[in-house]
Amino acid sequence: MKVRVTVNGVAHEREVEPRLLLSDFLRHEIGLTGTHVGCEHGVCGACTILWDGEPARACLAFAVQAEGHDIRTVESLAPAPGQLNALQQAFQDSHALQCGYCTPGILMTMTAFLAENPKPSEEEVRHALSGNLCRCTGYQHIVDAVLLAAERGA
Amino acid sequence: MTHSFGKPLTRNEDPRLLRGEALFVDDVELPGLLHVAFLRSPHAHARLLSVDLTAARARSGVIAAYAAEDLGDYWKPGPLLVPPPPVPGMVFHQCCQVPLVKDKARHVGEPVAMVVAESRYIAEDALADIVVEWEVLDAVGDLEAALQPGSPLVHDHLGVNVAARVHQHRGDYTAAAKAAALVVKRRFTYDRGASIPMETRGVVAQWDPRADRLTVWDTTQAPVVIRNGLAAMLGLSERQVRVVAPNIGGGFGPKMMMFYPEEVLVPWAAMRLGRPVKWIEDRLEHFFATTHERSQIHDAEIALDASGRILGVKDVFLHDNGAYDPYGLTLPLNSQCTLLGCYLVPAYDSVFTAVFTNRTLVTPYRGAGRQHGVFVMERLLDIAARELGLDRNEIRRRNFIPADAFPYDQGVIYQDFSRLSYDSGNYAPILEKALDAIGYDRFVQETQPKARAEGRALGIGVVCYVEGTGIGPYEGAKIQVQGSGKVSLATGIGSQGQGHATAFAQVVAEQLGVDIRDVEVTTGDTDQFYWGVGTFASRGAVVAGSATHEAAKVVRQKILKTAARHFECAEEDLVLADGKVHVVGVPDHSITLGALAGLANPMRGAVTPGTEPGLEATSYFGPAGGATASGAHAMIVEVDPLTLRPTILDYVVVHDCGTVINPLILAGQIQGGVAQGIGNAFFEQLHWDEQGQLMNASLADYLLPTALDVPRMRLDHTVTPSPLNPLGVKGAGEAGAIPVGALFAQALEDALDLPAKGIEILEMPLSPSRLWEITNGG
Repeated sequence: MKVRVTVNGVAHEREVEPRLLLSDFLRHEIGLTGTHVGCEHGVCGACTILWDGEPARACLAFAVQAEGHDIRTVESLAPAPGQLNALQQAFQDSHALQCGYCTPGILMTMTAFLAENPKPSEEEVRHALSGNLCRCTGYQHIVDAVLLAAERGA
Repeated sequence: MTHSFGKPLTRNEDPRLLRGEALFVDDVELPGLLHVAFLRSPHAHARLLSVDLTAARARSGVIAAYAAEDLGDYWKPGPLLVPPPPVPGMVFHQCCQVPLVKDKARHVGEPVAMVVAESRYIAEDALADIVVEWEVLDAVGDLEAALQPGSPLVHDHLGVNVAARVHQHRGDYTAAAKAAALVVKRRFTYDRGASIPMETRGVVAQWDPRADRLTVWDTTQAPVVIRNGLAAMLGLSERQVRVVAPNIGGGFGPKMMMFYPEEVLVPWAAMRLGRPVKWIEDRLEHFFATTHERSQIHDAEIALDASGRILGVKDVFLHDNGAYDPYGLTLPLNSQCTLLGCYLVPAYDSVFTAVFTNRTLVTPYRGAGRQHGVFVMERLLDIAARELGLDRNEIRRRNFIPADAFPYDQGVIYQDFSRLSYDSGNYAPILEKALDAIGYDRFVQETQPKARAEGRALGIGVVCYVEGTGIGPYEGAKIQVQGSGKVSLATGIGSQGQGHATAFAQVVAEQLGVDIRDVEVTTGDTDQFYWGVGTFASRGAVVAGSATHEAAKVVRQKILKTAARHFECAEEDLVLADGKVHVVGVPDHSITLGALAGLANPMRGAVTPGTEPGLEATSYFGPAGGATASGAHAMIVEVDPLTLRPTILDYVVVHDCGTVINPLILAGQIQGGVAQGIGNAFFEQLHWDEQGQLMNASLADYLLPTALDVPRMRLDHTVTPSPLNPLGVKGAGEAGAIPVGALFAQALEDALDLPAKGIEILEMPLSPSRLWEITNGG
């Protein structure tokens, strides 16, 4: 099947099998390997992308379902090559990542969350974060990073 | 120059990870890449009668399919990674895992056949084409049942399911028990859990016939060991094999297993087919095929005098090995040794039996058996304190190894086969700091009585532990000043999120006066550094960190020598700072490290005899013994009386891992460890049915703690440097996870006032439903 999808502002048109997962499409068809796959059953959140601005699990959608939609991945966050945006910078400053495997999904979830709630409480951050699993950090520094980004007006 | 060693600096590795640019194994794309799927045993125990791959091979897009017989001489049981310890009278039966099932499957998920296809989708389609005939056998999963006569046998030729038996003792426990005012005896159980790194395992292999070399990208914690083993198995020289462990999405121990069947088979297939081959484990496979940890049953007793001083401890325990035992006895040895904890135990008698079961293999996972020992000892002390009418903290104080007793020989053989000797420590101040921080007295005297009067179930827990870290044999590091003025560092260990690219850079920067952002660290690429062992047992900072320090000192000397020649002055008159060297008092007249590197590699003239070109050094470090870290955790918990769901209201960690290289990274290690400890204590348990089927093999059913479950923690440190390495550091990777089970048990008992009801918590992990059963007499 033909699929036309905009990823990080670039239009892509590909011939794909109907069963191809969106996560595999992003990673292996168009080479955006920043989106990670942790469970392929929609629990861990590592593959979270923005689908028309809303966070969504790329492992729970077929590529063909993204037809005509606007997808954003972690590769879209940095303002320029070699730079970090305010949320990414807050993650580095707070030591909010260790292995970094879950991080792209968390950044995308938090990007949407902060757009909706620019001045969240810690409790709100924890709720918003609870759909993303991190096995390394114990979450504390991630929560700190999101609050720091909010404070800096990310 | 500003010092970077000991500072909470942000990490060098972060920007690439944050931008999604870092390379993980599944990110490796190669022209002509083929994809693998494995057919795995659906039975825990079954004789394999036949495998028919005809239809699978005929499917369009399938390149090859293999069963055990197709491997020919390549089919061999895996190597024994860790030989049995030199303990007199020890029994050990070596039964290592096989690449593909040949005679019978011994656990669910054991690979039976391998399909290589143009895509993973096609490879998985082809699995459904494979016809397998099985004779299903009774399975055994229960440790005690496995030792009964007539039990199904995991390895028929042994005639028993005993994998090993090790008896260690010091002093005379029988006499101690006779002399005791109190002997407490209990049975403790600790059930299975899994490490669940967010990245599953994966292997990509490429054979280059022109270079006559094999490159393997592997999610391993031990790339050098994998390189050596693959070379031997495939009939290659080590130099022909490059193993790269790029960014690894968490390891926690199970990625230290060598060799997983897939690791043996993917490179073989790549060479045989002449095309690159990739296998990425899916999460379902991960639950069955990546190693687990934790099942043990302890029958333990402690003998004390009337003042609460320990006279002796006796422990008889069973350890679940799973179906094979390639990792030797590291786990039960850790349990056996770590049980002694922070305490003077004049008489110790411990015997364990490691048992084969029809379950996934068991190898070290963060804590690696230490938490079992801590759980048993801390629980025994809690119970003894109650029976003696002593405060639970006081019984610990009375038994701490005193600060002037170090180095302290525990008189037993540790996992590194040296005598367990604590290098340094000072336990009492750690406990006092933890009690102060959590507000123990105020809680016990005011908060808890008030809460109870309001019908709220609040409890406090305080436990102590030691962690053996930083064991040998060795690691190495190679440092080079580049022409760019940047400094490169390569070491053989891999990184799975520990921040090596920052912590080791800080060690380099301290000697070479450079910004840590100018230190380029490569870990886990066997072409960059040839020698090494691996990232395990909280040893990276201690062993590779010390090797880095030694190499940096040599490079510093070379820099100063070259600069002294350049400035025609004495080395003592030079200042090395900010990536430059200048003569004291003349900071404007300086030479950069890059320029010095050029001077050290002249195009004309001679490199004088006894010297080498370049500003480069390679050093190795092998510690005489492990460095023993220690700590105390304290927690206040509230339990919902209806749902029995605990909420952690406060959590304090006081930790002593010697000299700290980077407090920010250390905090991350501790917090992450505690989070895993909380999971292991209250959320995570692998559930099996009687046929040995794993019932909760998904992240929807095997619950990891979320941001709502892990509390904000407060950390504090004491610093007792290790005398065994030049930096004075001790490992910190596992400390967060080790005492949490013991802490939960104590705090939950306290919250629910269980001792007053004659109820004790003697098992891990718990859950609300299990806690309900326990509190209702189950």
